[in-house]
Order: sequence, then C-alpha cells, then structure tokens
Amino acid sequence: MAEVTLRRVVKRYDEVEAVRGIDLDIADHEFVVLVGPSGCGKSTTLRMIAGLEDITDGDIMIGGDVVNDVPPKDRDIAMVFQNYALYPHMTVAENMSFGLRLKHYPKAEIKARVDEAARMLDIAELVDRKPKQLSGGQRQRVAMGRAIVRNPKVFLFDEPLSNLDAKLRVQMRIEIKKVHQKVRTTTVYVTHDQVEAMTLADRVVVMNHGRIEQIGTPNDLYHNPATRFVAGFIGSPAMNFMPCRLEEVAGRLHIRLTDRIGFALPERRAARYQGVARDQKLLVGLRPEHISEAKRHPEPGLEPFDAVLDVTEPMGMETLVYFTLEGTQICGRVNPNAGARDGGPLRLAVDLNNMHLLNEATGAVI
Amino acid sequence: MASTAVVDKAAPTRKVQYGSMSRDRAWALRWSYFFLTLFAIFSLVPPFYMLITSLKSSAEISAATNPWWVFHPTLANYGELLTSNQYLRFFLNSAMVSVFVVTITMLISVPAAFALSRMRFWGSATLATGVFLTYLIPDTLLFLPLFKMFAVFHEWTGIQLINRWYVLLIVYPTLTVPFCTWIMIGYFASIPKELDEAAIIDGASWLQTLTRIFIPVALPGLIAATIFAFTVSWAQFLYPLVFTTSTDQQVLPVGIITTLIKGDVFNWGQIMTGALLGAAPPLIIYAFLMDYYIAGLTAGATKG
Repeated sequence: MAEVTLRRVVKRYDEVEAVRGIDLDIADHEFVVLVGPSGCGKSTTLRMIAGLEDITDGDIMIGGDVVNDVPPKDRDIAMVFQNYALYPHMTVAENMSFGLRLKHYPKAEIKARVDEAARMLDIAELVDRKPKQLSGGQRQRVAMGRAIVRNPKVFLFDEPLSNLDAKLRVQMRIEIKKVHQKVRTTTVYVTHDQVEAMTLADRVVVMNHGRIEQIGTPNDLYHNPATRFVAGFIGSPAMNFMPCRLEEVAGRLHIRLTDRIGFALPERRAARYQGVARDQKLLVGLRPEHISEAKRHPEPGLEPFDAVLDVTEPMGMETLVYFTLEGTQICGRVNPNAGARDGGPLRLAVDLNNMHLLNEATGAVI
Repeated sequence: MASTAVVDKAAPTRKVQYGSMSRDRAWALRWSYFFLTLFAIFSLVPPFYMLITSLKSSAEISAATNPWWVFHPTLANYGELLTSNQYLRFFLNSAMVSVFVVTITMLISVPAAFALSRMRFWGSATLATGVFLTYLIPDTLLFLPLFKMFAVFHEWTGIQLINRWYVLLIVYPTLTVPFCTWIMIGYFASIPKELDEAAIIDGASWLQTLTRIFIPVALPGLIAATIFAFTVSWAQFLYPLVFTTSTDQQVLPVGIITTLIKGDVFNWGQIMTGALLGAAPPLIIYAFLMDYYIAGLTAGATKG
C-alpha cells in the first residue's frame, strides 16, 4: 500500500492538451474519486498513473518513487476496467490468478488468495465458470477479484459501474465500499457520475478541461463549492443559477433577481458580500432543496415569493417543482403535501442562509 | 360483463389484410433455396464429372457414350495411381510443402499482426497497409524477378535452390504471409484494447500477452488463416511449375500435368483420379477445422 502523488502532470496528444498540469496528493489507504464530464482528462490521468499512457511532463510517484518510466507491470497496481476486460478463454479462477501465475507464485498460495477474494466478493461458486456464463455484476466482481488477489499498492478503477444497470450499480457501489473497508488499499476511482463520486470517496477531485477544479470531501464540495462548475456538477438536481445584483435598500444589503423579486440578505451573508461591487454582474446559486414551500411562520433568511409552476415531478418523499424566472428555469423541492400541481401557483421560499454568490465572469464563488 | 360479451359477438367482423411475417419468410426461404441449389449444382458439376471420368476405363472415355454416366465402372485408375511411386512422391512433396508453409506463415504472420495491430510503433499503420499491398501483386508478375533472384543467389553462393522442392518454402510465403497477416490484424483488432492492458498490468510481457491472451482469443482467426495458407500452398500451380522441373521435386498439381499428359495424349482417367485424390486433403482439413472454427467463434466472444 502506498500514497500516490502527481506533480504538474501534463498530457498532450499532438495538438490537444488533455491534462494541463495536475497536482494531487493521495494518502495511503485513501479512496479518491476523480469526477468530471467526458473529456475532462480524468481517465487519462488514471491511465497515466497506471502507466498505460506516457506522461508529457511532470512526475508521478507511487509510494515515494517516481514511476514516470516504470512499465505498468512493475508499478504494483491493479486496474478494473469499464468493460471488465476479463480473459474470455479462462475460467473465473484462471482470470483472477493470471497475474500471480505469471509471477510464478506457489500454487497453494495462489489458491488461497483466489479463494479468499472469491469469498469476499461472494463469487466462490462461480470460480469454474467462463466469463460469458456470468452476468454483468458477476463479471465486475471477478474483475475486482483479479485486482484484489494481486494485493497491489494501488487500486485503479476506470468507470467500473458504467456498464451496469441502475439498480446493480447502486448495489456494486456498496460492494466496492465494503471491499475498500476490508482491504484498505489506496484507491483511485474514475467516474462521470457525481453520485458515485459522493457516495464512495474519502475525497473527490472534480476535473474540467484537463484541470482540477476543486478537491475536497463530498460534503465540503456540496456545501462549499469553489467554482460555478463544481457547484453545478455536484448535486442532483443541479444547483439553480440566476443572474442577480446587489443593492443597498434602507441601509441593508439586498439581492435583486428581477424587478419584482428582491430579498434582504441575512446578516452573515450580508457581512460576507459587503465588499462586492454593487454594479458587478453576479449569479446567485441555490440548490433545489433551498427553494421550498413557504412556511407559515417566517424564519430568518427564508424569503417567501409566489411562483407559477410549469411542471411538477412527484418523487414520493418529495416533489420537484419547476418554474421560470426571467427566462431561467428554476427547480425547487417541496413537500409532497404542499399542494404543488402542474401549471398551478405555489408560495415558495428561498433559503438565503445557504445561497451562493458567484462572479458571473470568472465563475468563482464569492 | 355478460352484456358486453354479447355485443362483442354481435359486432361485425372485418377481415383485415395484414402482411404476414411468416409468408414473407417463406418467400425469402424459397428464393434462398432456389439460388443455393443453383449455386450448389454449378459448383458440384466439375467434381462430379471428375468422379465419373475417374471411374471409367480409357476405352470408355474415348467411346461416344453419355459422358455423364459410367456404364462399366472400374477402380483401375485409382489402383494404378496409388501404386505409382511417382504419384505418391508428388503427394508427399505437396504434403511436406504445405505443412512447412503453413508453419512458416503462422510463425511470421501472427507475431507480425500482433506487432502491427497492438504495439503502436512509428510507421506501424503504414506498414500494415504495405503488407496488404504486397498481397495485391499477382504471382504471375512476381515469379520472374524471384527466379532471377534465385539464379543470382546461386551465382554468389553456389547454393542451388531452383528445382528443389524446398524452394517453394521460400516462395509460397510471399503469397500467404501478407494475407494471413492481414486476416490476423483484423482479428486482433476486434479484441478490446482493455484486454491487453489488463494483461500488461497483470505483469504479462508482450510475448506472454500474445501467446496466453491473443492467440487463444483469436483462435477462429488463426484457423481461418491456417486454412487459407494450406489451401494456397496445396493448390499453387504457377510457382511449382516454374521453380521445379524434375519429377522427384514436383508437387501434385504440376506433377499430374507433367507426367499424365504425354505430348498430345491426355490420360484423362488418371488425370481426373489424381485431381480428385488431390482434392481430398483440403476437404478433410476443412471438415475437421470447421467444427473448431465455429466452436471458436462462440468461445472467443469477448463482448463485455
């Protein structure tokens, strides 16, 4: 087991710069998820750690050793691929033991390790089957088993759950977490699914356009996003953004969304935004759960307003409501009993205690 | 409930003309059978004629009887050929040449295809195309420079290759290697990239990846290439005609022509027998490997 360090790592393909200077420190035993949209460089970063791609510039260290020119087989890593990449002509046991057999481990030890991994992953009864006789979830378990038996310094996962159906994905997510709790191997996990990132990671690395946007714990990213990209990417349904400006009304700082709608900021927010220029173009970011049905008794920071709903989406434990404000579609979350209906009016309240204010030009959260 | 049932019964039934799936299928099948039968007859006529003629005596062949039927069947042609040392020598030469050529071809084209499809070195794509282009050069153009090359080689080294059966082991691969390499590149390309990446991460060298992953997974392709190489070397006519002249060095297709046609006398009975017997080994190999081929196709399924 080992820590993984990336120092100003760059990857260029001819003209395209896929990864633009990444610095990342992954601690021993840590579970780090790289997340971002397609083409953000997350898979390339993982493949560079694996040694499947050369790095154009910078250093990658595993366990303190620079491995830039070390071939994959000598990096002591194991990788799980999106399409499982099981050897189709080998049985499950042969698949799992392939690496150990190449390294001429004693037969007894190979068997012991395979048995243990198979038991851990609940595939003990499948060891004599060929991959084509397995379901998608079982194949993914075998792929994980192949990684586990090697007992490597680092596990690398490249979108391992993307080929599974939604229900199985949730189940396997929990399995992966359980396995990590047992083996505690340093793990780098790539996904485009922010839910997977949030649920699995000790720390999430949000990437965009070949750069790291923000690194933090799942809760940290959710509640304190640093940029508009992170704010919009993490969380589902996504955070709402509306153009706004600040203004002073009767000595209190207000946020004005439209000519009709403007709210006084709660004190702590007002103090935080005091220094922002009044004429600056700003965005207010509000998560759907912070736009909810208005309560009977006013609370500090909760500002009511009236909306006409376009569409409602009952989810059971909550109802998502969509309405339009100055041409922007806004999503809110209300109690199923709040009386929301398609095309109907509803009195909503925004929770300004949890608002985010962003610089429209730079996308930075203020 | 009861009343609605009554109403339904009373409702006028309309006959609607739908296109029938089974009728379409039946027609498709009829056409398929028609053309397949036509094709089968077309391709089976020559072997049938060979068989009929091989069972006739010379007298019956030259007699003005129905050429499509045997009136006095005899195995004399078979007996004569199978006891003739010359014919058995041709057969043996053909067998040796084909087995060696298949081996040589596979030893060259499988690693070549692996390198060209997977190892991504400078110029590998151009080389892959180049390999295929060499296959497009017809052997009728190649044999002259090749002949000259062997003559020059003899002048320089004193080693005579012309009119030795093993010269064919050098010239046949010029036909088989490019095509087999091309087939194998195609098969290897169908293997997902993650499979060799997984093998490399598991600690396999390139050679181990080839022998332990690629060859087993691409076995159907390997068999297809083997069949091709065998067929080409077994049936090749021009090269052995040019490069071998003594009867003890000749292979079957050329041997039959040179020994059984004496001047303007065609020993049709034996020619047909010889050709029919000569066609047997490829037939047997096809029949034997086809099972593996189809089994391999499903076993090699690499779909995630």
